[in-house]
Amino acid sequence: MRRRDRRLLLISAAGIVLIGATAVASVALRQTASFFYSPTDAQAKKPEAGTQARIGGLVAKGTVVRGDNGKVNFVVTDMKADVRVSYRGVLPDLFREGQGVVAEGKFTAPDTFEARTILARHDESYMPKEVADALKASGQWRDAPLPVSQTSSQSNLGTGAGMVNPAYTSSK
Amino acid sequence: MIAEIGHFLIFLALFASFAQAATGLWGGHARDGRFAAMSKAASDISFFAIALAFFALMSAFIRSDFSVQNVATNSHTLKPMLYKIAGTWGNHEGSMVLWCLISAGFGWMLAHFSKGLRWDLRSRAVGVQGLLTAVMMAYLAFASNPFVRLDPAPLQGAGLNPLLQDPSLAAHPPFLYLGYVGSSVVFSLAVAALLEGRVDAAWARWVRPWALASWTFLTIGITLGSYWAYYELGWGGWWFWDPVENASFMPWLLGAALLHSAIVTEKRGGLASWTVLLAILTFSLSLLGTFLVRSGVLTSVHAFALDPERGFIILMILAAFTGGALALFAWRGPSLGSDRGLFAPISREGALVLNNLFLTVATATVLVGTLYPLMGEAVFKRALSVGPPYFNLTFTPLMALVLLALPIAPYLAWKRGDLMAVLQRLWVAAALTALAITLSWAFMGGKALAAIGIGLGTWLVCGAISEVLDRVRFGKLPAPQVWARVKGLQRAAWGMTIAHLGMGVFVLGAVSETAFRVEHTASLGLGESTSFAGRTVTLKAVTAEEGPNYYADRAQLIVTDGKRELTLAPERRFYPAARMPTTEVALRSSLAGDVYAALGDPAEINGRMAWTVRMYWNPLVLAIFGGAFLMALGGAVSLTDRRLRIGAPQPAKPKLGGASAPPPADPVSAGVAAE
Repeated sequence: MRRRDRRLLLISAAGIVLIGATAVASVALRQTASFFYSPTDAQAKKPEAGTQARIGGLVAKGTVVRGDNGKVNFVVTDMKADVRVSYRGVLPDLFREGQGVVAEGKFTAPDTFEARTILARHDESYMPKEVADALKASGQWRDAPLPVSQTSSQSNLGTGAGMVNPAYTSSK
Repeated sequence: MIAEIGHFLIFLALFASFAQAATGLWGGHARDGRFAAMSKAASDISFFAIALAFFALMSAFIRSDFSVQNVATNSHTLKPMLYKIAGTWGNHEGSMVLWCLISAGFGWMLAHFSKGLRWDLRSRAVGVQGLLTAVMMAYLAFASNPFVRLDPAPLQGAGLNPLLQDPSLAAHPPFLYLGYVGSSVVFSLAVAALLEGRVDAAWARWVRPWALASWTFLTIGITLGSYWAYYELGWGGWWFWDPVENASFMPWLLGAALLHSAIVTEKRGGLASWTVLLAILTFSLSLLGTFLVRSGVLTSVHAFALDPERGFIILMILAAFTGGALALFAWRGPSLGSDRGLFAPISREGALVLNNLFLTVATATVLVGTLYPLMGEAVFKRALSVGPPYFNLTFTPLMALVLLALPIAPYLAWKRGDLMAVLQRLWVAAALTALAITLSWAFMGGKALAAIGIGLGTWLVCGAISEVLDRVRFGKLPAPQVWARVKGLQRAAWGMTIAHLGMGVFVLGAVSETAFRVEHTASLGLGESTSFAGRTVTLKAVTAEEGPNYYADRAQLIVTDGKRELTLAPERRFYPAARMPTTEVALRSSLAGDVYAALGDPAEINGRMAWTVRMYWNPLVLAIFGGAFLMALGGAVSLTDRRLRIGAPQPAKPKLGGASAPPPADPVSAGVAAE
């Protein structure tokens, strides 16, 4: 096999793999990439039942209802519109009423959503970008000061909300 | 005082690195040994100064010196000592100090321990490495200073994020950075070769160990991170195709391609310019990964509070180095002129080209999937996300195809191989594979894709074993001679076998875990039971516990499968310093699989207090981490190969020893160390 033939073979093999991968990737992207909806988006665009999506906003206060076998229902709001979310499983550690949340799953109606995953954050001071954008869009965004600047200027050994063991502060 | 010294040392290291860059590059260009020697001395200063700065920061963490802002923001007096130390690199500023330390350290090693490398090429490489170090140090000194003071100093620190207080995550960043920065050495060698306009086997021999070491460290780093996510986050999974995970996975994939193409360049002198290009791209992807993680442009489940402005600076550094190196490649690459070593399509070279083709395209699909949300947002004006289904459709088939070819490759001869002969020698492996597919299809619920996956894993494992058996002529020669061949086998060959075996073990684990995992969520009151995956789970008690810097609710779950009974104790912890609750998973590992339990919130349901309990049965999950560990082990074994330690006998190039750089300027480095 000559040098030129070899190069031709190599280029055509690379071409075939590249074209194949590009075709598969573009189809896969079209089918699997899911859009982000704020509750206002959902109200405006009326996604069909079964639409795979991500939604995000704040967990509306007083709406978290826990059922049997890990079933949880709550309302995600951007203060203009609401989406009711149902989920089954253990909620992330930083899931709280009045806090930002992102859920992955599908719409069962324009205002109800079945979550497959509730995205967890690893950090108290982190707000998902989409949620921040959605809140800014609905005029609900307040620039919260980073907890860092509060905590580093004062000793904070307060007990956390709802947790036991007040002895902790004196144990220091 | 120590913080001020640390601050000063960072600037000293910064200037020394610039000096290292200037003198190293000029010394190589003008072929002036005096400048090369100065560059070497500068690398001593740079390395020792940044090492002392690193220890200064560490001492501030150990002493809980809250007058240093970084310590006040990230540490706490009640934190266990291990995490005070790990806290040094558990935050942005500290991790950049670590990056600079490793970068300067590798530059120092390159300057001191590359005896077989031509001195002018070495001088250039040390120079480029110095430039990389200097730029990152400038970023450290001017945009991420870890020694900023706080006045008045707070009495107590804010604490390290409790999720990060974990042994495997304490070790995760150093290994990841050793991998990322290790690829910068390969980058430096590639740019040095481009500046010189020559790539030869000697160059490739020096690229190999660095590429191998970098890839091995990255493998360990990713595995630790994945294992942490598995048992710390309580989601039961080990890989989520999240942007932050992909960020470290892309340089790993391309690094693997580089390892293989460097073999061809070293042994056959072929693919030279391709290897150079891969070296440039691998480091670029490392920088891209750092940018993605640090800037937060992509929404990640692993996201931490971030600073977009700092990300922008990293993006500029990335653009400058990648752009510069690629421009240099476009200019000089074609004239590297070492497209030697003719080979037939069916040959060892051909197989390695196939490996590179698929690994590169697979990296590209991961890159597209990771960055698509950014492009999509610009086009559709709406936020969107790309999840695991995309990667399952694109990345997985590509990898399956290349893995199918993997066991064949080591059998093929260089230049021209005989595919039929190879397949005949692999018939046992093929038969076992067919058996594995049939058995797993018949007895594991008729899942066709899963059966194929199990078959692929079996094919890889059997292929690796069969290759090493054939190599020592097992069964063909009498036992003593076989044993002699076993002992005589090169470490590099062992390394390859172990790594390929590890790949097979990993595939078996990944396929089993994905296809056969059982998940079960239940609300349990005290004394109540639920059944799951052939087991009965009873919530016996929930007790309040107190740790060094947290307190917890600890459940006692009795899991019995009729024969054996085991107790799992998952916890919900609360860390007052960070005001953060965390889930502490309980798991019992065995070779067959893990029983995994996470405890959720208590709530009043149907008139009684009940705890949400999420249980998983994760079959063969240890094989995932074990397989990855074997891959890293293979890399490490290969690194100890005699050829890499000592350097192979040089074919007809005797001028090597005579022209080495003048002795290092020891007084300079001694002076710094004394300070």
